[in-house]
Amino acid sequence: MELFQTILDILVSAAFWTAVLRIATPYILGTLGELLCERAGVLNLGIEGIMTLGAMAGWMAVYQGADLWTGVLVAALCGGLMGLLHATLTVPLGLSQHVAGIGVTLLGTSLSYFVYRLVLPQASTPPTVEPFQPLDLPGALAQTPMTYMALILVGVVAYVLYRTPVGLAVRMVGENPAAAEAQGLSVTAVRVGAVVAGSALMALAGAFLTLSAFNAFFFNMVNGRGWICIALVVFASWRPGKALLGAVLFAAFDALQLRLQQVAGGVLPYQLFLMMPYLLSILALVLVARRASYPRALMIPYRKGER
Amino acid sequence: MTSPPIVLRLSGITKRFGPLVANDSISLTLYEGEVLALLGENGAGKTTLMNILFGHYVADEGSIEAFGQPLPPGSPRAALAAGIGMVHQHFTLADNLSVLDNVAVGTEPLWRPRSDRAAAKAKLLDLARRFGLEVRPDAPVGDLSVGERQRVEILKALYRDARVLILDEPTAVLTPQESASLFDTLRRLTADGLAVVFISHKMNEVFAASDTVAVLRGGRLVATRRTAATDREELAELMVGRALKPPTPAPLEPGEPVLTLSGVTVGSGHGRPLLDAVDLTVRRRQIVGIAGVSGNGQTALAELVSGLIHPESGTMALKGEAIGSAGPAEMVRRGVARIPEDRHAAGLVGAMAVWENLIAERYHDRAFQRFGLIRRGAARAYAEEVIAAFDVRCPGPDARTQLLSGGNMQKLILGRTLAHGPDLILASQPTRGLDVGAVSYVHGRLLEARAAGAGVLLISEDLDEILALADGITVAYHGRLTPVLPHGRVSVRQLGLLMAGHWEILPEIVDAA
Repeated sequence: MELFQTILDILVSAAFWTAVLRIATPYILGTLGELLCERAGVLNLGIEGIMTLGAMAGWMAVYQGADLWTGVLVAALCGGLMGLLHATLTVPLGLSQHVAGIGVTLLGTSLSYFVYRLVLPQASTPPTVEPFQPLDLPGALAQTPMTYMALILVGVVAYVLYRTPVGLAVRMVGENPAAAEAQGLSVTAVRVGAVVAGSALMALAGAFLTLSAFNAFFFNMVNGRGWICIALVVFASWRPGKALLGAVLFAAFDALQLRLQQVAGGVLPYQLFLMMPYLLSILALVLVARRASYPRALMIPYRKGER
Repeated sequence: MTSPPIVLRLSGITKRFGPLVANDSISLTLYEGEVLALLGENGAGKTTLMNILFGHYVADEGSIEAFGQPLPPGSPRAALAAGIGMVHQHFTLADNLSVLDNVAVGTEPLWRPRSDRAAAKAKLLDLARRFGLEVRPDAPVGDLSVGERQRVEILKALYRDARVLILDEPTAVLTPQESASLFDTLRRLTADGLAVVFISHKMNEVFAASDTVAVLRGGRLVATRRTAATDREELAELMVGRALKPPTPAPLEPGEPVLTLSGVTVGSGHGRPLLDAVDLTVRRRQIVGIAGVSGNGQTALAELVSGLIHPESGTMALKGEAIGSAGPAEMVRRGVARIPEDRHAAGLVGAMAVWENLIAERYHDRAFQRFGLIRRGAARAYAEEVIAAFDVRCPGPDARTQLLSGGNMQKLILGRTLAHGPDLILASQPTRGLDVGAVSYVHGRLLEARAAGAGVLLISEDLDEILALADGITVAYHGRLTPVLPHGRVSVRQLGLLMAGHWEILPEIVDAA
C-alpha cells in the first residue's frame, strides 16, 4: 500500500514527466527510423551502431567548434551514410538483412570508438561540450529543442507515410514489391531511400544523447537503446503514433524505476528495478503485438525478374 | 477494307532461363480493337512472353514496338507509359493496403506534398461505373474475394489509361455469369479502341471472347488463326501436339458413406460464419463437386476435412466414426488424402527434394525411419516408384521441387496422396493453373480412385471440371451448401444462379430431379 502511494506520488510530479519525455526522445527517434526502414521491407539491425556513430559524430563536430545544430546535421549525414551501406548490401545485393545489420552495428560501434580515440588519444575524463539547454517553459514542457524536434518528426513521418505519394510507395514496397514494380516504381530506389532516411533518424537519436541528454561521448553509452527500438516498432504495429506511445510508455517505466530505486533501494536489490522496464516491455509486446499485421515483404529481398 | 492500325509488334523474341528456352524467336502483331488469345499449355511460354512485353523480364533477343515506337526492355514503367497494362495471374496487390492505395500507387509524381485522394477516388469510381466493375475503394484488399481482386487489377490498368490490356488466365476464378460479364467488359474496351491480349488454356474462353488466337507450344509460336476460322479440335491438336479425349466417368453405384457432415458450423465468432449449418454426405465410388465462387466457405470446408479446424457445432464423421478434434496427421492416418488448394503454400516445400516431399505425410512410418533417423535409401526407392507410377517429369528424387512445372508438382501431390489407397480424397482446385494434358491426367487419376472405392470431395471454381467429373453437385454460397443435386439434372445456367445466391430456384430443380 505504501509502495502504491509512493508510485502515485511519483506519477503526479512534473519532474517525473520532464524526465519521461527526456528519456523517451532517443527511443522516439530510433523507433521512427527503424519503422521507416521496416515499412519499406528492410529490417535494420544496424540501429545500435548507427546510434553510436550519430552520438560520436554529432559530439565530435561540436567539440571541433561547430555549433550544435551543425552537429545534429553531421550526425544525420553519418547515419545516412551507414544506412546507404546497409541498403546497398541488402537491397540491390539482396544479402541477409540480419547479417548485414549486425555487421553495420559492429562497424558503427567500433568506428566510433576508433575515431574518438584517434582524435583524443589520451583523454582520461571525457571532455565536454556545451549541450542544448531546456527551453524556458513551465513544468514538463521544459525540454531541449531536440525533444521537440522528435515530437514534430512523429507527425512528419506519419504524414509522409499516409498522406503523400512517396509514403504510399514506401508502404507498397514493404507490402508487395512485385506490385510496386508492376506500377512502375523502382523497388530498389524506394527501399534505399527509406533506409537512408530511417538511418539518419537513428543517428539523431544518438546525437540527442551526446548533445542534449549529456554533454560528452563515452563508451557503451547507447547501451542497448537500439534493440529496444526494434521491439518498440513491433509494439507500435509499424505506426508512428503508436511508436510515440510505446517510447513514452517505456520511458515512463524507466523513469519510475529510477525513482523507486531511491525510495525502496534499501529493501530490494536495485538490479530488480533495472529489470523492470524490460520485463514490462516484454509483457506489453505479448499483449499488443500478437495481432500486429507486419509489412508482408519485411526481410524478404526483392530480386527483379526472378522465378 | 484497310486493316486497323498496329498497336504492338513483337519481333523475334527469345528468352532463356539457363538451359530452358522459354520463348524461341516469337513474332506477334496486335491490332487496335482486337482481342488476341494466347493459347498454350503451361510451360509453353505464354506468361514469359507477356512478362517480357510488360518489362518484368528482359528478352535475350528480339525487340518490341508499341504504337510505332520501340519499347525499352526491362522497364514496367516504360510499358505503363506506352499504354500497356497487365493483369497478372498471381495478383500483384498488397493485402494490407486499400483498393484505392493499390490502384493509385505510382500514378502521382512521387514528391508531390500531398496525395489527391479525392480525385483518385472519383476517377476510380467513374471507371468502375463505366466498365461495370464494382469495387469498394476503401476496403483492404485482404478482405476481398478473388473475383473482386481481379476487378481491382483490371481497374489498375484502366486507371493508367492503358491502350493495351494483358490478362493472364482471367476467368479461372469467375462464375459463368461473371466470365460473361468480363467478356462484355472486354468488348466494351475494344469498342473503345483498346487492344486486349489474354492468356488462356481454356478453349471455351478462346471462342467466347477472342478475334484471333495464337497458339504456343514449347516456347514456339506454332500457329495464328482467326478464331472464326478454326475449331476446338484443331486448336487442341496445335496446343498439345496430339488429340485428347474428355474424361468419361462410368456410372457406378455409390457405396456406404465415407464422410458425413451434419449441421456443421465454423467461424461464427466474427460476422458471417465461414460454414453455416452444413450437411453433406460423400459415399464410396462417388464424386461430390462443390461449385461456387471462391470465398464462400470452400476453404473452411477443406480445412475442416483436413483436420486443420474443427466444428464449433454439429458433427463430422469418417466412415461412420465421429471425429472429434483430430489433427491433420490423424486425418491422414484415418484415410483422408488431400490435394491442397495452393500447392506452393500448403502442398509442397519448394526448397526441399522431391523425395522429401513425397514422404512428408508419412516420414514417421516404420518404412521411412528407424530410431528417429530417416531411411534415405528406402525413401528414395519409394520416391523412384511414385515418380515412375505417376509419370512425374523430373531429373530424379533428389531434384529440388521448385524446379518442377505446375503440372508435375500436382502429379507429385497426387502420387503422395493416392499411392496408399485412401478412403476419402479431398481435392481442392486440383487442376487450377494446369495445362490440358495435366488436367486430363489428374481427372483420370481421380476417376480411377473413385472406381477403386474412394469417395471424392471435389472443390473447384472451374464449373466445367465439376460438370465433367461429379456424380452429385452442391453449390456453396455464404458458407451454406445446397442439397447435393444429381449430375445431369441441373443446367449450367441454374448452377450459375445458385452460385450467385439465387436459391429461390432450388425447389424447381429438386422437384424436377
